[in-house]
Amino acid sequence: MSLPELGEEIRVRLGVLAREVKVAKGFVEVVTGRETLREVAKTLKEMGFDHVKSVTAVDYPKEGKIRVTYHASSFLNEELSRFMVGLSVDLPRDKPVVETLYPIWNSVEFMEREVYEFFGVIFEGHPDLRPLLLAPDLAEKKVMRKDFVVREESIYEGVPHEYK
Amino acid sequence: MSISEGTLGELRSKGVEVRRIDKEYYEIFIGPQHPGSGHMRFRVKLDGDIIVDADPDIGYVHRTMEKLSEGREWLKITPLVERMTIIDACNITLPYINALEKLMDKRPSTRASYLRVLLCEMNRIASHLYGFGIFGVFIGHSTAYMWGFGDREVFVELSEILTGTRLTYTYHIPGGVRRDMPQDFPQMVRRAVRYMRSRMPEYEKIFLNNPVIVTRLKDVGVITKNRAAELGVVGPTLRGSGIRYDVRLAEPYEVYGEIDFEVPVFEDGDALARTWVRVEEIKQSLNIMEQAIDWLERHRDEPVIPKEDYDKLPKLHKEVYEKSGRVKLLPAQISMKVPPGKAVARGEAGRGEIFYYVESDGGTMPYRLRVVTPSARNAIVFKRILPGHRLMDLPTVYGSIDYFAPEADR
Repeated sequence: MSLPELGEEIRVRLGVLAREVKVAKGFVEVVTGRETLREVAKTLKEMGFDHVKSVTAVDYPKEGKIRVTYHASSFLNEELSRFMVGLSVDLPRDKPVVETLYPIWNSVEFMEREVYEFFGVIFEGHPDLRPLLLAPDLAEKKVMRKDFVVREESIYEGVPHEYK
Repeated sequence: MSISEGTLGELRSKGVEVRRIDKEYYEIFIGPQHPGSGHMRFRVKLDGDIIVDADPDIGYVHRTMEKLSEGREWLKITPLVERMTIIDACNITLPYINALEKLMDKRPSTRASYLRVLLCEMNRIASHLYGFGIFGVFIGHSTAYMWGFGDREVFVELSEILTGTRLTYTYHIPGGVRRDMPQDFPQMVRRAVRYMRSRMPEYEKIFLNNPVIVTRLKDVGVITKNRAAELGVVGPTLRGSGIRYDVRLAEPYEVYGEIDFEVPVFEDGDALARTWVRVEEIKQSLNIMEQAIDWLERHRDEPVIPKEDYDKLPKLHKEVYEKSGRVKLLPAQISMKVPPGKAVARGEAGRGEIFYYVESDGGTMPYRLRVVTPSARNAIVFKRILPGHRLMDLPTVYGSIDYFAPEADR
């Protein structure tokens, strides 16, 4: 099986549940809505994707959205372990709330906590949603969002270097 | 006698933080000044000396790698991210470069791939020996500590001869590596391999088959096969639980597909099995090193960067490469733009699988870089596996999963 073939299989399996299924560099990306996220995750788990490697959030301030991607793969199924699938959901930036996938994939527990502290995404139903790496006061600033500006002093140019 | 709610309310109104604790449990804090490795804290709830609840409080050495990398040029990210795990720098940075190569649609030259594999395996052995030493000192076996750190020096010095520095190599560049190996390097590698092979039985005698150690490790911190998959643990922790998963096997990167090696798997899932996995992996890494150095010796004339990149170099840069095997970077490479898109890459580091997600908006810096390290994924073991064990088993479980705090905190 190749990555495009897996993409096709997922497309057939998910049907209308997925808004978009496309082959990206190194993984199959599945985009779905907030309401259908759990159902899609359940279907993927039934297919054999038994763990999540990363919960990745990306902030797009211009479009007013935060995209949360669950990169899942398999340990127990050797055929599937060669591939990764990225299950994405777009959340509004001003109210990023989504149901947790903890009941389906236990491995997301700490990673969802990370996305919560860095982006302020709220995972409803998460058993223990609190900051993992940051101190609580810093976590409130949602530091990984693009509107949090980092200011670095530069010894070479004499002017601070700012980036988002 | 218990304090009434009224008294508690009174205290709260004065701004004092008050909470009731379970009376029959004893709560202790371990860390963050850790006697073994790194900085992390446990909040452990005890009933007698049985752990009923363990909460790993990590993040003491969080260095905002992901945010910092959004303000660095593509090539400057390598020296940044390798600081997560300087003892395993080659394995930690390689998937980042792989993801970058995917975005740029570039393939490394074969010689560069073999050099990368060689350095990665040297790193894996050094990392395992480091973990071994820390584990030894955790459970009071100071000989393992001395031996582990002493023998690790062999591979650290080899890396120094190859790359010019002991730990933070910044060896990979898109499409190649920054230095070719010295002329007499093959002999040095073979000598180191011979030495380490002769040492392995000694390690087994003094540590793994030592009845005192076996008693402490056997049936401690057991993770069953399905539980390991459910928790998403990686590396020797996963393979010690009977799951045959290694990124080098599942999705061979570089030239691992052409190299002959085995993936050691142990079924017991306890601390002893995880330690055995590491020892067997060192043996496999020695085999891989030999195969890589054989190939490199036979193909001395091949370039360490792709031909088309070499042709673009100015005269001075070509001279430096011909004379010393060193690839001088061009200023244009530092400020290079990467085509927009997103890519993921994974690799097998010493402690397990490392994952990178890289997104580019076509600029000179990444739009988003996400990294999940093996220790970050193994941290969940503390929370889920420790309850039910005795307090004295905590160092055993900690040491056996080879948890490295700077790596987990990123």
